[in-house]
Amino acid sequence: MMTNLLDVENLWVKFPTRQGVFDAVRGVSFTLGRERLGIVGESGSGKSMTGRAILRLIRPPGIVEADQIALEGVDLMQKSEKDMRAVRGQRISMVMQDPKFSLNPVMTIGDQIMEAYRLHSKASKSEAYAKSLEMLEAVSIRNPERVMRAYPHEMSGGMGQRIMIAMMLIPNPEILIADEPTSALDVSVQRQVLDIMDRLVKERGMGLIFISHDLNLVADFCDRVLIMYAGRIVEVCDADKLHEAQHPYTRGLLNSLPRLDAPRKRLEVLQRDPQWSTAPSVSGRI
Amino acid sequence: MSMLTVENLNVWFGSNRDRVDAVIGASFEIPRGESFGLVGESGSGKSTILRAITGLAPDWSGAITVDGQQIGKVRPKTFFKTVQMVFQDPYASLHPRHSVDQVLGETLHLHGFKDIDSRVVKLLDDVGLGQKFRFRYPHQLSGGQRQRVAIARALAPEPALLLLDEPTSALDVSVQAEILNLLADLRADRGLTYLMVSHDLSVVGHMCDRLAVMKDGEIVEVLDVAALRAMEAAHPYSKQLLEASV
Repeated sequence: MMTNLLDVENLWVKFPTRQGVFDAVRGVSFTLGRERLGIVGESGSGKSMTGRAILRLIRPPGIVEADQIALEGVDLMQKSEKDMRAVRGQRISMVMQDPKFSLNPVMTIGDQIMEAYRLHSKASKSEAYAKSLEMLEAVSIRNPERVMRAYPHEMSGGMGQRIMIAMMLIPNPEILIADEPTSALDVSVQRQVLDIMDRLVKERGMGLIFISHDLNLVADFCDRVLIMYAGRIVEVCDADKLHEAQHPYTRGLLNSLPRLDAPRKRLEVLQRDPQWSTAPSVSGRI
Repeated sequence: MSMLTVENLNVWFGSNRDRVDAVIGASFEIPRGESFGLVGESGSGKSTILRAITGLAPDWSGAITVDGQQIGKVRPKTFFKTVQMVFQDPYASLHPRHSVDQVLGETLHLHGFKDIDSRVVKLLDDVGLGQKFRFRYPHQLSGGQRQRVAIARALAPEPALLLLDEPTSALDVSVQAEILNLLADLRADRGLTYLMVSHDLSVVGHMCDRLAVMKDGEIVEVLDVAALRAMEAAHPYSKQLLEASV
């Protein structure tokens, strides 16, 4: 049996509003081993909120409730904010959607990567510098010495995202949560970034949670897929069998994509069934 | 007869040392009623071609002919009645403090229409929104609904050529299908000509008859969709792009 790195049970994310409590995530359960787990869904389906809730990044007035979020048997829900800080980055790290907003614009890239490394280890400056260079090379950045001196605005989107991946992987975490890491990138660059992420995750035996709205990408890249709709998991399937998915929502999403190899006069439009959002969540636990 | 002819178009930004050549020697022709696609990675100059045609990129050279009329530095009023554009981001292209009624009404007024009220009603029906959306503000609409309003605004002056700058890239796949169907229906109903920019080859393959592949500001290849589906791209870059998107 596969050992579980992360075990999430009955996770709820709630936001109180003037119209009452809005449930962004409603009773989601899943486990993550040393595998690539995809979470797909439309915007507003709660997929990013699930990723953020694991790291306890949801701030008040948002409320996170769960029976447990266990990282190798230790419940993160019970931890104090101070203890959480030792988890974030070091044991679970997260790559956000747009590198433009996650890099500090007034710090050189080298300083940022070295800061990330030295926060979690007692390395000296020169050690951190050498390690950062090595990491930049690992994400296939040409001329890393120059990049270390550069500021984020001098980087293209693809380079920025690779720098983010380097920064997130430098403390050698056990789990990487990637929230739409490639949706701000071009198709050609997308593949490159994914290959790099894939290689590093495999080499280090990490668990990866890959959040995306792109079904084809997830089918290609992940091992297992959770499909979310209105805050619930409606279907769990193996990524290579995604195209044989049963749930009408998954089928609808797949059919609404235009395809080069199968031309159609009209695209199918997703017909939503109110029952989907009331049906209980499917468990993604193994 | 051709609706749009672009010959040897160059577009640049900045001057002297800071000059960036965004489009270099682009030429293509779109017959009336055709749907033509421009694909390429970001920074390849595909959107810049659209901006040069509409006058949003002021520094260009070459010849642009719309409906038989060559375009100079100053565009005549008839130009804006013939050519309209739909932008990429429906969150940024609508005025946040104008209701849908004001957005459409103002456009109609500027183009000198008298029966504004009935036209607003008709436009909203045409894009599948209906009357209940007429007095809403952009923040009360979803992304797909906003893009429908942007399309309605572009249709208001009854144009013949519609420039679409990544009209669905900010939308979910399920909403993308609705918008692409709407665009296809509108083209069939009104005999519109489309020039569509997208980075998604499958979207262009679905919507267009022919397409041009751009790289670093140059058009490297023009091919028709049948060749695209058969994976018969000649240029190595378009081959690479095709492989990445299947």
